[in-house]
Amino acid sequence: PHAGPVESKNEAAMSELVPEPRQKPVVPMKPMGINANLLGYIGIDTIIEQMRKKTMKTGFDFNIMVVGQSGLGKSTLVNTLFKSQVSRKSSGWNREEKIPKTVEIKAIGHVIEEGGVKMKLTVIDTPGFGDQINNENCWEPIEKYINEQYEKFLKEEVNIARKKRIPDTRVHCCLYFISPTGHSLRPLDLEFMKHLSKVVNIIPVIAKADTMTLEEKTEFKQRVRKELEVNGIEFYPQKEFDEDLEDKTENDKIRQESMPFAVVGSDKEYQVNGKRVLGRKTPWGIIEVENLTHCEFALLRDFVIRTHLQDLKEVTHNIHYETYRAKRLNDNGGLPPMTVETEENHESNL
Amino acid sequence: QFSDSAGYVGFANLPNQVHRKSVKKGFEFTLMVVGESGLGKSTLINSLFLTDLYPERYIPGAAEKIERTVQIEASTVEIEERGVKLRLTVVDTPGYGDAINSQDCFKTIIQYIDNQFERYLHDESGLNRRHIIDNRVHCCFYFISPFGHGLKPLDVEFMKALHGKVNIVPVIAKADTLTLKERERLKRRVLDEISEHGIRIYQLPDADSDEDEEFKEQTRVLKASASIPFAVIGSNQLIEVKGKKIRGRLYPWGVVEVENPEHNDFLKLRTMLVTHMQDLQEVTQDLHYENFRSERLKRTGK
Repeated sequence: PHAGPVESKNEAAMSELVPEPRQKPVVPMKPMGINANLLGYIGIDTIIEQMRKKTMKTGFDFNIMVVGQSGLGKSTLVNTLFKSQVSRKSSGWNREEKIPKTVEIKAIGHVIEEGGVKMKLTVIDTPGFGDQINNENCWEPIEKYINEQYEKFLKEEVNIARKKRIPDTRVHCCLYFISPTGHSLRPLDLEFMKHLSKVVNIIPVIAKADTMTLEEKTEFKQRVRKELEVNGIEFYPQKEFDEDLEDKTENDKIRQESMPFAVVGSDKEYQVNGKRVLGRKTPWGIIEVENLTHCEFALLRDFVIRTHLQDLKEVTHNIHYETYRAKRLNDNGGLPPMTVETEENHESNL
Repeated sequence: QFSDSAGYVGFANLPNQVHRKSVKKGFEFTLMVVGESGLGKSTLINSLFLTDLYPERYIPGAAEKIERTVQIEASTVEIEERGVKLRLTVVDTPGYGDAINSQDCFKTIIQYIDNQFERYLHDESGLNRRHIIDNRVHCCFYFISPFGHGLKPLDVEFMKALHGKVNIVPVIAKADTLTLKERERLKRRVLDEISEHGIRIYQLPDADSDEDEEFKEQTRVLKASASIPFAVIGSNQLIEVKGKKIRGRLYPWGVVEVENPEHNDFLKLRTMLVTHMQDLQEVTQDLHYENFRSERLKRTGK
């Protein structure tokens, strides 16, 4: 019998050892009958526990970028996602400050711990995107930043004396915030996603969804999905990267029904039916962020953090990064130095 | 005087404003509506005038919007209430603020306003002046996004370019996306920025001394700094609340009532508009039109 490494998306604690290039789907071990010819228990399955222990020791990196016009609740949503003050909003940035004249890239790192597992979370904010009168090419600084992280990683990889664990600053996930107009996408949304879906995992979300009734939400989501499809925009989870039928079924449902997630964020708690819940208080009721009948925040959270976190990293490494690497190697027949942003922009709470 | 019974818009109050002048021929009023798409403009207009001004509405997708320039679309509707006729023209500006590069998006709008002034000037200088049609824009509702932190660069540029040509009334629609605190903060921020940039928005005149107390009090309330810009919600859908059918929006967490002053400023906006239609026309005539006229005549050296 052929025993291979058992991979499961649901294991949040996966190894930080250098991941292998994407393999063909491994044929799962055929279930053994009771009268199987097993001579005894070998203990191969303990590798899961070993990997888990290792990850708990080393922790892992996760880099999430947020893109969208000013005021769509990006910072609040990220804080809500990680139940922590991890965004630019919490790091002393004054909301009363003027909108920057060009798109800035601001990366803030935090270490958060849960159940013994340490995550080095970096939130990359993009203030100024879409806020000017002329927003032509405003996605370019963002694309540049993403490619620079690939370049950094590539440089480390080709070193003769490589670090045991290459620091991973590559953007694993880009949350794109769609304004809840109820009509359709905006031209800028299309342009951004067209350009960037080829270099990074884009997860579109409908921001401030408490402005739409259930019907309006359903219609708008359908409309957005259609527009994305018609314009050839492949958001994460991309169809072509579904590994097997199980993936495809699960992801099809998410792609065709759930996404884009219509979310509401909040860092305030209120008492509802005797429980303390995260929400927004209005004269006509309290909007509960984690209540699935109110909004889809919990779906987004589960999707990004509880089920697809590892896959986001894998697709970034095995697909987007490899695409970048292949292009670089082809273009130059080698690796001439490319200027890379210094560490100046990267704040850290480490 | 200002009944809130369902279906009553309130402009039947106009005669009181003109101090007993004859109103047999009815009133004309042109309202321009400007703002990015999806800010609730059409819903609000329909709610204000209890009509459906846009029955066959087509909303273009993003790819189509990339090609589009700003259009000017005028719809006229005749509304009659308690014997008073109003010929209302709503001028829409689809395409405004939608393009990736919105640099020139209000050129078309400025041109339209100037054209109406030009036409009036021409008619005024003509021989038959009895039946001059007044198509000048009397009021411009400028929609500010409730999703931002204040004015956007485009908002500032637009208002600076147009405050000398038309009465600008800033409005925040889809106000149900804001908590009360957020609403206050946004209003304050907008007012600060308006003042900072020297933008002149329409100012409600003080009540005349011969008006009754109720009207004076109402004017005080409207002029209170917490009112402007009005944060409103529009809807013509009827929802049953406590046995009554009221206009509102039904959410899983509650019902937002359009005509509930604790929920939003819709009633204030409606009151302001209908009780000041006359003043809006006068200011357009005495200030904006006169500015245009003197500039125009200076230029041609007449």
